[in-house]
Amino acid sequence: MRSMSVLIVGVGGQGVLLASELLSDAALRAGFDVKKSEVHGMAQRGGSVSSHVRISGQVFSPLIPAGQADALLAFEQAEALRWVHFLKADGTAVINRRRLVPPVALFRKGPGYPEDPVASVRARAGRVIPIDAETVARRLGNPRVENTVLLGALSGCLDIPEDDWMRAIEGRVPAGTVDINCGAFRAGAETAANWEDA
Amino acid sequence: MKVLLSGNEAVARGCHESGLHVATAYPGTPSTEILEEIASRYAEIDSEWCPNEKVAFEVAMGASFAGARALTAMKHVGLNVAADPFMSVSLIGAPGGLVVVSADDPGMHSSQNEQDNRLYARFAGYPCLEPSDSQESKDFVGHSLEISAAFDVPVMLRMTTRVCHAQSVVRLGERREHPVRGFQPDPRKYVVLPNHARVQHVWAAERLERLAAFSESSPLNREEPGRRDVGVITAGISYQYVRETLPEASIFKLGISHPLPIERIRRFAASVGRLFVVEELEPFIEEQILAAGIPCEGKKWWPRLGEFSPDIVAAGFVRAGVLERGPEPPAPVEVQPRPPVFCPGCPHRGLFVALKKFKALVATDIGCYTLSVYPPIAVGDICVEMGASIGTAVGVAKARGSGKGIVATIGDSTFLHSGMTGLLNAVHDGAGITVVLLDNSITAMTGGQHQPGTGKTLSGAAARPVELAKICAALGVERIRVIDPYDLDQTGKALGEALESGELSVLITNRPCTLYPPEIRKSILRPPFRVKPDACIGCHACFKVGCPAIGESEKRTEKGLSQSRIDRTLCTGCSVCSQVCPVQAIVREPEGGAK
Ligand code: SF4
Ligand code: SF4
Repeated sequence: MRSMSVLIVGVGGQGVLLASELLSDAALRAGFDVKKSEVHGMAQRGGSVSSHVRISGQVFSPLIPAGQADALLAFEQAEALRWVHFLKADGTAVINRRRLVPPVALFRKGPGYPEDPVASVRARAGRVIPIDAETVARRLGNPRVENTVLLGALSGCLDIPEDDWMRAIEGRVPAGTVDINCGAFRAGAETAANWEDA
Repeated sequence: MKVLLSGNEAVARGCHESGLHVATAYPGTPSTEILEEIASRYAEIDSEWCPNEKVAFEVAMGASFAGARALTAMKHVGLNVAADPFMSVSLIGAPGGLVVVSADDPGMHSSQNEQDNRLYARFAGYPCLEPSDSQESKDFVGHSLEISAAFDVPVMLRMTTRVCHAQSVVRLGERREHPVRGFQPDPRKYVVLPNHARVQHVWAAERLERLAAFSESSPLNREEPGRRDVGVITAGISYQYVRETLPEASIFKLGISHPLPIERIRRFAASVGRLFVVEELEPFIEEQILAAGIPCEGKKWWPRLGEFSPDIVAAGFVRAGVLERGPEPPAPVEVQPRPPVFCPGCPHRGLFVALKKFKALVATDIGCYTLSVYPPIAVGDICVEMGASIGTAVGVAKARGSGKGIVATIGDSTFLHSGMTGLLNAVHDGAGITVVLLDNSITAMTGGQHQPGTGKTLSGAAARPVELAKICAALGVERIRVIDPYDLDQTGKALGEALESGELSVLITNRPCTLYPPEIRKSILRPPFRVKPDACIGCHACFKVGCPAIGESEKRTEKGLSQSRIDRTLCTGCSVCSQVCPVQAIVREPEGGAK
C-alpha cells in the first residue's frame, strides 16, 4: 500500500474540515489506516485553517512532518503559499483559484496579499494544478459543490478507488445533493486530469 | 466495527461502553466535543452543561458518592476553577467511579497558558492516564473507571489538543451496564472535618502506594523492544512522534504516568544504553525518574515550552546524536497573517467601535470579544482568566482613586461562569466602574453552547432562562441599561454617561451572536449593504470596523484611491459600517434584494 500524506488548507468557514473528513472516510473504506488532525477554536473566525490527513498501512504521527506531504489541497491561493513548506519537493499542489483577502491586509503594514501565489507555489512544488472550482461548480448548477470539485481534482494523486469516494460522499452530503456532488467530484477529477502544467 | 473518531468522540464512546451514568462539563477548547457527543448520541447518560467547572466537578463528584459512574471534562485552566473540590475529594474517594478529563493545550492554540495538569494529578494523589490516540482515549475511560472504583480514588484522564482533535481508527464495543450502588452514609469519610481528614490523609497516602504497585503490573505500561543502545520512555501524543521518527528504538510506553512503575523503569533503564524521556511540556516523568536515582536525558534535548511535532522530536534525537540529520526541511514562506476576526454582523463590533472613541481603560474577559484587542479595533488593555474583568477593573479603580473611565467587558456565559461574584464585590465596594455585559445569548467562542441564560439545556430541552438584568439588580446594581450595539449613537451616548458618572453602571447589549445557534441566522439576516461607487471617497473609514464582508474593489476615485466593496453573500445587514462612513456611501439594498 502506498503511504500518502495530504495537507488540506483554507480559510475558516470554507469547509476544510468537512473535506478532510470525506477524504479520511474514503481512505478508510479503501482499507487504509488513517489519521487526521486539525485544531478547533480560534481559527474558525476567518483564520487560517489546515488539516493533516495521513493514509498508510499503519500511521503513527497524526501530523505531517515539514516537507513530507505528497499533496497539498488549497481552497484559497494565499493559503497554498502559507503551507507550501509542508509539501515534498516533487509533491503536487491542487490550488483553488479563489482569492480571499484578509481584512488585516487592508490596514496593517506587512507583506500584503501575495501577487501571484500560484506562481510562487509552482517554484517550490513538483506539480501545480490550479483549478477554478467555482466556475466548474456553477457550470454544474450549484456553487455549493465547489469543495467536492476540489476533492475530485485531488483524487488523481491518491490510490483510492472511485467507488470508495462515491460511498464516502453518499454518507456525508445532504440527501438530495448526492448526485450533484458525485458529478462535481468527477468534473473535478476530469479537469485535473486534463490539466497540462506549463 | 471500525470507525474514525476524534479523541473527544472516542472518550464519549468510552463513556457509553463502560456504562457511565453521569457526565458534566463547562465548554472549553479542546474538551468541548466530549459532552456534545455524549448528549447527541448516548441518551442513556445523564449529561449537562454546568455554569462553571467547579459546579460541573461537584455534580460528578456527588454522583460518584452515590455510587454512580461519573465523568467531568474540562480544559486545563478549567481545572484551576475546579481545583478546590479536586484537591479535597482525594481524601474522600470516589466509590462509584469518577473520571476527571483534563484537556491540556500545549502550544496554546486556544488558551491563555499551557499549564501541564499532570502536576495536579501528582499534587492531589490521583492516578493519571495519558492516551496517545483515539482507540486509547476510548479504552482508557473504561480503565480509569475500573481503577477509580477499585481503589476508591478519582482518576485524571489527561488529554492534549492533538489527542482530543486528531481522528484515528477505533474498534467499537457494546455498553456494559453497572448498577448504581446508592449512597452509604459514613460521616468520617464524607464530612471532611479536620479530625476526619487527618485519618483520611493517611489512608490516601497508603492508597497511593497500592496504586504504584498496580502501575508496576499494569499492561497499560508496556515495553516495545528494539535497538538496545537507545531506550525511550514516553507517553501521550509524544509516543506517536517517537514511533514515527525513531522506529527502531526500544520504547517504554506509559499509559499511566502517575504513579510511575518505577521498578520496571529501573529494569528497562538497565537493559538499554542511553535512556531518553520524550514528553511535551513539563519534565513530569523525567524528574520522577531522576528522583529515583535513574539517569536519563529529556529536557536537555527537547523544549519545555510549546507543542511537539514529529519535526521537533526528530530534531531532539539529532541533537542528542542518535539520529542522523536528514535533509533540511523547506522553510515557510512569509505570507500576510490571517488572524481570526469578528464574524460579519457580530454584535461585539458595534460596541467596541463605539467604545474606542472614549480611550477608556478596558479590562476584558475570555470569549469571542477578546478579539477586539486585535487591530483595527484594538480595544482592550487587560485580560487574564474567566471572569476576571470586573474584579480587575475594581482593583485598577482603587489604584487610580476613581472608577471614571474604567470599563470591564464580559460576555453572558463568562458572567454566569464567574463574573457574578465580581459584580457583587463591585456593589459592596462602591466601585464606580462601567461594566458592559455583552449578552449574545450563547457561549460562542467554543462553538455555540447553551448556558443558563439561553433557556435550553445541553440536550435541547427547555429550561427556565435566567435574566441578566434581573441578576444585576438582585446583586444590588442600580444603574442598569439595555443597549443596541448595532446603534453606534445610542451605544456611544450610554457609554459616555456611564463613564462620566463615576458610579457603578451596567450596560447590557441585546443582539444575538450571528453564528450560533445555527437556527439564529434566519431571524437576524436583513438586506445587505452596498457601496455606492459614485459616492465612496476612498477614505477607508469602513475598513476600521474590521468586517470580513468589506474589502477593496477594483474601482478608483478620481484621486486614485481604492473604493470599498461589500460582499453581499457575507453581509448580514447589521449597518455598523454605514454609520462610520462620513459621506453616507454605504446604503442598504432594497428589501427582497437579499440573498
Ligand atoms: S461567533 Fe458570534 S460572538 Fe463570536 S465573533 Fe462570531 S458573531 Fe461574534
Ligand atoms: S452591514 Fe457592514 S459591518 Fe455589518 S455585516 Fe454588512 S458589511 Fe459588515
